Amino acid sequence: MMFVPGNNPGMMADAHIYGPDSIMLDLEDSVTMAEKDAARLLVYNALKTIDYGSTEMVVRINPLNTPYGKKDVEAVVKAGVDVIRMPKTETADEVRELEAEILKVETEIGRVGETRIMAAIESALGIVNAYEIATSSKRMMGIALGAEDYSANLKTNRTPGGAELLLAREQIVVAARAAGISCFDTVYSNLDDMETFRKEVELIKTLGFDGKSIINPRQIEVVNSVFTPTEKEITKARAVVAAIKEAQAKGSGVISLNGKMVDRPVVLRAERTIALAVAAGVIDKEEVL
Amino acid sequence: MKEAIAGTLESGDIMVTVGPGKGLEIELQSSVAAQFGRQIKAVITETLEGLGIEDAHVQAIDKGAIDCTIRARVTAAAVRATGKDVWKD
Repeated sequence: MMFVPGNNPGMMADAHIYGPDSIMLDLEDSVTMAEKDAARLLVYNALKTIDYGSTEMVVRINPLNTPYGKKDVEAVVKAGVDVIRMPKTETADEVRELEAEILKVETEIGRVGETRIMAAIESALGIVNAYEIATSSKRMMGIALGAEDYSANLKTNRTPGGAELLLAREQIVVAARAAGISCFDTVYSNLDDMETFRKEVELIKTLGFDGKSIINPRQIEVVNSVFTPTEKEITKARAVVAAIKEAQAKGSGVISLNGKMVDRPVVLRAERTIALAVAAGVIDKEEVL
Repeated sequence: MKEAIAGTLESGDIMVTVGPGKGLEIELQSSVAAQFGRQIKAVITETLEGLGIEDAHVQAIDKGAIDCTIRARVTAAAVRATGKDVWKD
C-alpha cells in the first residue's frame, strides 16, 4: 500500500504506474490545515477521473472529531473509493460512527455497502482494543499499525530493530486473524537505508502480516520480493496440495509426503504460499485449478 | 466574491486565482497553451458554470495539470472566493 499525499496532483496522477497493490491517498497528516479543502477536491476529482485499473484505492480521511472528517467521508464515498482508512482508531464505537456516516452518504447516492473500512491503530489504547476494533463492522477489511504516533504514545522512539513495536505488531496480527480480516504493517521512512527496510519487511512477514505500507515506489520491489514465494517453496506447496487432493480422493485425512506427515496446518500453509504466488503473478491462477 | 487562490506551481499542478469580474474572463499562462489552451479554458469555464458562477475574473498558471486537477483547483479557488462549499456542513 503506497502512501501518496492528497495535495500533490503530479504524484496522484502517476502513482499507479509503479504497480503497487493499493494506493492510499492521504488527506490527514501530509496535508496542512489550510489545504484540507483543496486536497479533498483533488482526491475527489482524481478518484472520479483517473483510471487506476485494478489498483485498490484507499483514502486516509481526517478523524471525524475534526472539522474535516465528515466532509472527507462525503467526498470519497461519492467518488467511489474502495476503502476508507480511519486514522488513530482507539475504540469500536469510533468505527461504528464512521460506518453510520458512510451509510448516510451511500444511501444518498444509492451505493449501499460498497465502501470498506481499514482502521489504523496508532496508540496504546487502540492496541488494547485491537480485536474489538477488528470485529466492529462488517465493512472492516483490515487493521494497520501506525508506528510513529504509537511509539510517541508509548513514550519511546522507533529503533531499527523495532523492539518497541513487537507487542503492537503481534497484537494486530492476532486480532486480525481472530477476526478473519487482513493486517498491514507501518511505513519505514528512511529511503536511504534499504537494507534495514528489507529486514523489517522480512520480520513483519514472519510475524504474519499481509503487507507493508510504503512511502516511495522504490520500496515496492523489496516488499514484493520478500512476499513472493521462492520457486522451491512453490514446488513444495504444489506437492502438498497434489498429495492432499489424492488422499481426499481415496478418503484419507492424513498423508505422508517424502516421509513427513502432512496434516491440516501444512496444507493451509501450502495453500497460502500458492495464493501469494498467484497474487505476485509468478504462477497462473489457471495452473492451480 | 473576494479574490482567492488555489493550487501550486509544482509540475502537474495549476495555480488558479478567482476574483470578481464581469462575465467569465480567463487569463491563461501555460507552456502548452498553443496545443491545449482552448481545452484548459473550456474545463475552467465548465467547472465555474457547474458551480453557478457566471461572473469572475480567472488567472491560471498551468504546469501541465490534467483535467481533473484543473477542475479541483478551479473549484477550490471558487469555494474560497465565494465561501460556499460543495460539501455539506
